[in-house]
Amino acid sequence: MFTFEQVLVNGIIKIDDAQIEAGKITCITGPSGSGKSTLLKVMNRLRTPDHGRIYYKNQPMEEIDPIQLRREVVMLAQDPVLFGDTVRENAEAGRAFAELEEADEGEIKRQLEAFSLRHSLEQEANRLSGGEKQRLALARMMLMKPEVYLLDEPTSALDEKLEFDIMGQVVSQVQRQEGTMVFITHNQQVAETFADTIFDVTPFTLQGSDINE
Amino acid sequence: MNDGIIDLTLWQLAAAYGFVLILLAIVKVRRIPRQREILISTIRMTLQLLLVGYILMYVFENPNPFITTAIVLVMVTFAIYNIFKRVRGELSKRLKWMVAYSMLGGTIFSLLYFNFIVIQFSPWYDPRYFIPIAGMIIGNSMTGVTLGVQTLLDGMKDQRHRVEAALMLGATPKEATRKIVNQSFDSAILPTINAMVGTGIVFLPGMMTGQILAGVDPVIAIEYQIAILLGVSGAVALTVIMFVQNAYKVFFNEASQLKNADDEIGGDSK
Repeated sequence: MFTFEQVLVNGIIKIDDAQIEAGKITCITGPSGSGKSTLLKVMNRLRTPDHGRIYYKNQPMEEIDPIQLRREVVMLAQDPVLFGDTVRENAEAGRAFAELEEADEGEIKRQLEAFSLRHSLEQEANRLSGGEKQRLALARMMLMKPEVYLLDEPTSALDEKLEFDIMGQVVSQVQRQEGTMVFITHNQQVAETFADTIFDVTPFTLQGSDINE
Repeated sequence: MNDGIIDLTLWQLAAAYGFVLILLAIVKVRRIPRQREILISTIRMTLQLLLVGYILMYVFENPNPFITTAIVLVMVTFAIYNIFKRVRGELSKRLKWMVAYSMLGGTIFSLLYFNFIVIQFSPWYDPRYFIPIAGMIIGNSMTGVTLGVQTLLDGMKDQRHRVEAALMLGATPKEATRKIVNQSFDSAILPTINAMVGTGIVFLPGMMTGQILAGVDPVIAIEYQIAILLGVSGAVALTVIMFVQNAYKVFFNEASQLKNADDEIGGDSK
């Protein structure tokens, strides 16, 4: 799905040759500040690598319209963001941004319920807890049904039990759609449980480089 | 300027400066270090107005289309520079051009509409009408655009994370910044809307007060005031929308990425 060729990201990660396979669940691990988030952003073309080339479906990424690419390769931000006032508006925001037709109400409700969100659709979203907001943002992305899911610590605000529950839901949905998923987690157990492949960036991290934060 | 208007004598005017003496006394007693600024601003105000008075006297007595046009252009230019100065934070060159072109386009269009369709005075360049109307339209547009620019800059800084999260989901830059753009339009036109709500009750607008003091029938003064308030709100709306509709683009590069994104890397090390 993605092929990296002599890629240098952020002056930190250098990947000479690597692949991320279609239809697989890949987990990116590595120490804090090693540029994992930036690596995801590069796949979503929110960042451009310092040099080197990334191919998406064998096509050089810079030749693909960035907006179209992001609608196929959707990324979930690390900190959940609210778009709109109500739970409904927030759940629909992803499809609206990507100019997809609206999801029907039953589908939205099923998705929210799968993530243990049993609020009224008209509930004000900013009154949800941090963990609920994170699940709402995740539901927003799942409703888009993209080809590739890029998730930056999607369950960091959840307790252990809920984390496994939600990750299980996400993974089974992605697999049912025969989608591709790349995610970052700090939880080694989550990585081992759900990932087909674990991609540890540590060996690709340049020694002695200027690591921010 | 005749029927029974009191022309202030030198003595009367000098007495008015007594207010400044009160102000000076207060800051002195309270030890607020503002005496210098008060003196300078009083002197500047006096000199500037004297100068303008004589210039207007000359211009009014010798109406000339070129002089009227030149004065209006000087006013717009001054307003544009004033916006650059008043905005906190760095304005990029492209943003400055956008300010200039929306101020020029918006105010001149409103001015022409107002003069040729609403008031219809002749000759069209009559400075007695043209210049004060231009002053009000340009001045209010300047305030509006300043607020609009400031809200946009602040919004793009504070809500950067939100804009980026929208891009990740496949939003166009236009959609990702829609909320910020609407906020800046809103904050720019709010003072004008408030002015319309409060006018006549909370305060008498300056133009109307001036006309009434100069002996004009209050009803005529009000007619003019209504027209100018409507004209001003139209001009503000037009200049601000011309600005914000394009200005958001400045913050993105050709790959629809936020510019200067590398300044805030390392987002995964929470």
